[in-house]
Amino acid sequence: MTNHWIDIRNADRIMIIGSNAAENHPISFKWVTAAQERGGKLISVDPRFTRTSSKADLYAPMRSGTDITFIGGMIRYILNDMQSLSSAERAAKYNMTYVAEYTNAALIINDGFESWKDSAHPGLFVGFTENTNAAPSKLGAYDKAKWKYANTTNPNVDAAIVGNSWTQWSDLNANSVLRRLWENYEDFTPEKVEEVTGCPQGKFLEVCEEYAASGAPGKSGTIMYAMGTTQHTYGTQNIRGYAILQLLLANIGIAGGGINALRGTSNVQGSTDMCLLSHILPGYLSVVNHKQQSLADYIATAKAGKQPVTPVGLHGDKSASWWWLSDEAQNYKKYMVSLLKAWYMDNATADNDFGFNYLPKVTSGHDYTHIGTFESIANGTIKGMMVWGQNPAVGGPDSQGERHALDSLEWLMVADLFETETAAFWKRPDPESSDETKRVDSSAIKTEVFLLPAAASYEKQGSISNSGRWAQWRYKAVDPIGEAKPDMAIIDELVLKLKEKYAGDNSVQAEPINKLYWNYRTSGEYEHEADPNKVAEELNGCNVADGSLVTNFTALKSDGSTYCGNWLYSGMFNVADGRNKAKDRNPVDNSLNQIGLYSGWTWCWPINRRIIYNRASVDFDGQPFDSEHPVIQRSSGAWLGDIPDGGWAAINEAATGEKYLPFIMQPEGVAHLWGPAGMAEGPFPVAYEPWESPLDENLVTGVANANADGKGTPGFNDPCCYIGSLEGWNKKGSADEFPYVGMTYRVAEHWQAGQMTRNHPWLAELQPEVFAEIGPELAADKGIENGDKVKVSTARGFVNAVAIVTNRMQRMTIGGKTVDHVGVPWHWGFMGRSSAFHSSGNILTPHVGDANTTIPEYKTFLCDITKV
Amino acid sequence: MSELAILYDASKCTACRGCQVACKQWNDLSGDVTTNRGTYENPPDLSANTWLKIKFIEQGTYPDIRWLFGRRSCMHCTESACVDVCPTKALYHHEMGFVAYDKSKCSGCGYCVEACPFDVPRSSSGAVTGIRHANKCTLCQDRVTNEEKPACVKSCPTGALTFGERSDILAAAQARVNVLKAGNPKANIYGDTQLGGLHVLYVLEDSPEVYGLPGNPKVPIATTVWKDIVQPVGWGLAGIAVLGLGLNYIIAQRKIKIKSEGE
Repeated sequence: MTNHWIDIRNADRIMIIGSNAAENHPISFKWVTAAQERGGKLISVDPRFTRTSSKADLYAPMRSGTDITFIGGMIRYILNDMQSLSSAERAAKYNMTYVAEYTNAALIINDGFESWKDSAHPGLFVGFTENTNAAPSKLGAYDKAKWKYANTTNPNVDAAIVGNSWTQWSDLNANSVLRRLWENYEDFTPEKVEEVTGCPQGKFLEVCEEYAASGAPGKSGTIMYAMGTTQHTYGTQNIRGYAILQLLLANIGIAGGGINALRGTSNVQGSTDMCLLSHILPGYLSVVNHKQQSLADYIATAKAGKQPVTPVGLHGDKSASWWWLSDEAQNYKKYMVSLLKAWYMDNATADNDFGFNYLPKVTSGHDYTHIGTFESIANGTIKGMMVWGQNPAVGGPDSQGERHALDSLEWLMVADLFETETAAFWKRPDPESSDETKRVDSSAIKTEVFLLPAAASYEKQGSISNSGRWAQWRYKAVDPIGEAKPDMAIIDELVLKLKEKYAGDNSVQAEPINKLYWNYRTSGEYEHEADPNKVAEELNGCNVADGSLVTNFTALKSDGSTYCGNWLYSGMFNVADGRNKAKDRNPVDNSLNQIGLYSGWTWCWPINRRIIYNRASVDFDGQPFDSEHPVIQRSSGAWLGDIPDGGWAAINEAATGEKYLPFIMQPEGVAHLWGPAGMAEGPFPVAYEPWESPLDENLVTGVANANADGKGTPGFNDPCCYIGSLEGWNKKGSADEFPYVGMTYRVAEHWQAGQMTRNHPWLAELQPEVFAEIGPELAADKGIENGDKVKVSTARGFVNAVAIVTNRMQRMTIGGKTVDHVGVPWHWGFMGRSSAFHSSGNILTPHVGDANTTIPEYKTFLCDITKV
Repeated sequence: MSELAILYDASKCTACRGCQVACKQWNDLSGDVTTNRGTYENPPDLSANTWLKIKFIEQGTYPDIRWLFGRRSCMHCTESACVDVCPTKALYHHEMGFVAYDKSKCSGCGYCVEACPFDVPRSSSGAVTGIRHANKCTLCQDRVTNEEKPACVKSCPTGALTFGERSDILAAAQARVNVLKAGNPKANIYGDTQLGGLHVLYVLEDSPEVYGLPGNPKVPIATTVWKDIVQPVGWGLAGIAVLGLGLNYIIAQRKIKIKSEGE
């Protein structure tokens, strides 16, 4: 979240898309309800009419996987509206100062750029090369050279955009970002939106009009999204679409605004901050790859992407580009060296590159995500696996394929509260058999399984970081049952045992273990296991010389004199009294106009800034665009309110050369309507079809669905998405055989792969078994009555479920073709209290992933449904 | 002492059912083994184990589709048939307004099961003792008499459930209905006048019947006869009293047989 949970109450418009927040984030509805009571309007966009939709002022249906068309249509509506207005009207209805001065709308891009609409390469931007390798691999990749700004060091701007003096598109430079954006979505008419998404154009226009109202100066709109957005082969571009929409409406950095990712679990934010993802180290530093043989190589890569490229011609004249503030203040290097010091301490010196070469290096281009990992397990590269707090045999895509892959492991360790489906993969149901007693032949499976009892969250202390980036300390309520231990205690014991085993081994391979600094035990309760308080101190960072806490990340050094486990968490401790501010519980709201920042309640990164990019909420004089909900405000040479995004003076107040632009993490200092290099598949989102699509042709790009090799078609599908194979398991289905659009989701009563909730009698009572939701038309066609037992199948497997026939699911007409949806929750499995054979929704989903993150495409696939 | 009440604002309920679980947790009620019957709603009915449940009501087709949520539990009536018929005073009006329950006094006669116009109390036999007794929501009597909110109210994330003095709750309900009426003329309060005033008030988005509620709930005539004619005559005229008791007993037991969870 750029903002935080309570801030939702400040929104004038809330669009929930790709999320069923009422169901999966029930507490968020405390604040959604509060916003509605203030007069805010809730818009729900979803293929199903959900519990969220039930509370919405406006509901719009949308075919699963067509967010970019829907949002692209909204972008077109707003741009056309802007263009149709006089300069004065435009400035009254939209915050054109923000659009022109705080985004890259006015910047001029490279002359050689060619759109996906160019007939020479339909559906693809310039620079694409198809990958001819068989799966597993990406469909293709781009050379991004022609996506750059015309001037790559000091981009120039279109004066007509900055001056808000334009009336026709032809008034604008043909290579200005704003005009390129309009051209990109020019054809996304309401008729086209209806044809592609199935949303009636009248309803779509209502959404456009309602949501565009949040663009007026002083008004706010927030987008709440979750896995319905991300779990697509183009999920990251879905979010880019939201970002562009929000920037056009000046909704980032303000109270009641933002792009708010509702995280799937209570600590997803914290886990990504701490490098649970495979492409990053703690604090979003890049993981090291094989081309970076020294710290200097690594830092040079960082510099290439992070050094400031300040635009010329805006009121602001300086990009902070915080990662690389200047060659003298290389923050990226400070954070990296301090991290290396935290990990290797005395063994990290300037002479050995601070232990840089103890870090494992990834092979550049190889996929190390969940999907890539399972491909490597299936092909025998990975021989052992430790599974913590996860249940991939239920949660992983193409679950039967992933369960089968586990057969190849020599050993498997699972730490969990219960014996999960993953731990019990060797006695799983026979994937081919409808017989609900037949299991696979376990005598053929040689994997040794270690099941370690883990403590539940209430049985240990430590911090969790919620979606709003608040690090909140939780205390232990009860001792763990039996021999169960916190994950951290298990890891602590494991590392100490490894160090013991490798002691005296002088090989290069043993160095990363022998040189690792590991000292987290204290006294009392933590005499024999790691103390979370000690870990928290290391995250905050200390001076090496005396072990004293550093104030925050501005005190970190690149000379090895400080150590810090995660620069984003530096500042979590109060130096004066040594207090961990994650434990603070001041319930008083001291924010300006009581906008609900509650800055004394726990602590959030960075340095307790509750709304990030908040300098975009004020004008050049530092005065809030929305005086009713001021996030920060300049007064007598000082900032009031939230911690400002950089403490520099307001733009009009600052001296020439020190007028800092508001988006301090971007090299340009302004937000990206145009993505010059970030995304794999283009600077603007393009509407692609899911890997398994019901259509013969992409109705936006015109590219046909050439399903010949089963891998996918660039331009019909996302051209850079990742196609798995799982050694022949990840089968692709066609619309002839599997005519319906399947999707998976969660219910309020269960959590993730279900081990904590399916074993709970009160929750199992509420949602006892897997179901399949279908509309009445499909039910009639298939002779299915409400409550009937049904079989949902894809090219990869089948699920036995109870049919819920409901008007909340409706038949759509897409490009003249009838399209029905089938929805299946994915919580269930074959172990525990509420369980059944063939009940995991992810048996249906494909082993394909997003072009940028490789998150699996859980949300859209092709299926069939029959009455049992 | 002022009377207390719960407000259930259906327009704010997301049917997360935290209340349903909180009720079981606080009152130490076990989870039932259920099946999916083509709906999110479960368990199928109130029972000795389930004193509160959320109803899911689907209406219409797109674009005029609605998914309404309702609450089923004791309404804590002022004119409460269950209190009237209870021969042992196990059910009684607490000075805070709600219908309290002293399980130790319950004879298991089942009259309350028969009499309730909202079909709320359920009767069951203890698994070990075989002793029959009634079950229903007590407004978390043990919590509210110790200045705590009922468990259901405490768990509610959206503010659909609130709790306080009945006069305040009624005013809040009225204010909310006034707001809702701007967009929905059918918005109404339920429980302000019914049965002398209920201590669980609803803000509804449609008529009570849509939510399965009686538009004009009445204390059954048999109950009135019992309370106003038979009881005043007193235990001195035992024969008539026993006759009345016997008739009621037969009717009640028939109904219990239908509803019993056979615990």
